[in-house]
Amino acid sequence: MSTTSIPAPRTGYSRHKSSRSKFEMFAWLFMRISGIVLVILIFGHLFVNLWVGEGVQAIDFGFVAGKWASPFWQIWDLLMLWLAMLHGTNGLRTIIMDYAEKPGTRMSLQVILYIAATVIIVLGTLVIFTFDPCPAGADPALLANFCHAG
Amino acid sequence: MSTDTNTPEPASKVELPEHLAGGEGEIPSFDCTIRIARFDPEVDEAPHWEDYQVTMYGTDRVLDALHKIKWEIDGSLSFRRSCAHGVCGSDAMRINGRNRLACKTLLKDLDTNKPITVEAIKGLPLEKDLIVDMEPFFQSYREVMPFLITSGHEPTRERLQSAEQREIFDDTTKCILCASCTSSCPVFWTDGQYFGPAAIVNAHRFIFDSRDEGGDMRLEILNDKEGVWRCRTTFNCTEACPRGIEVTKAIAEVKQAILQRAF
Repeated sequence: MSTTSIPAPRTGYSRHKSSRSKFEMFAWLFMRISGIVLVILIFGHLFVNLWVGEGVQAIDFGFVAGKWASPFWQIWDLLMLWLAMLHGTNGLRTIIMDYAEKPGTRMSLQVILYIAATVIIVLGTLVIFTFDPCPAGADPALLANFCHAG
Repeated sequence: MSTDTNTPEPASKVELPEHLAGGEGEIPSFDCTIRIARFDPEVDEAPHWEDYQVTMYGTDRVLDALHKIKWEIDGSLSFRRSCAHGVCGSDAMRINGRNRLACKTLLKDLDTNKPITVEAIKGLPLEKDLIVDMEPFFQSYREVMPFLITSGHEPTRERLQSAEQREIFDDTTKCILCASCTSSCPVFWTDGQYFGPAAIVNAHRFIFDSRDEGGDMRLEILNDKEGVWRCRTTFNCTEACPRGIEVTKAIAEVKQAILQRAF
């Protein structure tokens, strides 16, 4: 009988020394707290945008600009953007940690994830604070009709 | 004693002599197929399924079927079992896709019209047939220091504890270290560095023991990247535990203890 080598155990013990980092604990806690806050923020958002007044028919550039004229809705939407993005990013991070077996895959997937999250958070934050429904010098055909009123 | 001295002594209770098995309270017998994931490291690259036809009785367990196969059909079948009564925790295996103790799973409770699949528990290195290397499992177990830690002078009398204090960790004292829970955990399957439910259960047993003083150290160990925070509360461990320990609840209590310690 030929001797075949037994493959190395897939789950060999190679745990790193405890880092004494509390990151995982805070990440876990953040998921719980942001989850609860997001339920309130998102359902509030949906109620105000889709239900109150004329409801979904009222949504256009002007409606959004009107909302973001108030610091209350700016902060509301900013909080929603940041919490949702961080909550989702952390969720994907744990999925990558759980299912990517090779360190290379794990690292590259995380890099893509963090770049994507950063771009969306920065872009979203910028839009919330600098939104202009009628930018000067834009093609009039593309603008909402209320821009021509003034 | 048996009156018929010509027949050899039966290998197990499986083959009760006619005068004992028969009569009014006859145990119904049935044919069933046991499909076992066989793996011989000297020949095989990967485990493969093999079917065995056996006639079993209504009182038989999966372990009895394995015994019958090993003793009468194929002696090369390898599996662990010691007490065969659900106490030692040796014969945890994946029966019909669920982690069970072979000695506590009655055949009549399974669907005997279809083949009953039996394979080794997942996530631990496979050695042969149904035997896995338990070392990574016990390494995690040792790391949580599963022993009483106290300071100061040796006691001159018993370390007393009230019934209420004992009740807190009663559930987690039941663990028999069979690895059913840890090897049912999807996080452990893909990345075996996670401490796993069994290690956390055994840490819980001492963390919440009023006589123990090492709780802080254990909580620090389980606050690790591979510690309790990797639990995704899928409840596979609770479902798998042959002792009925509420494993996921125990993990949640350790999480809470770490949080209370931090804030």
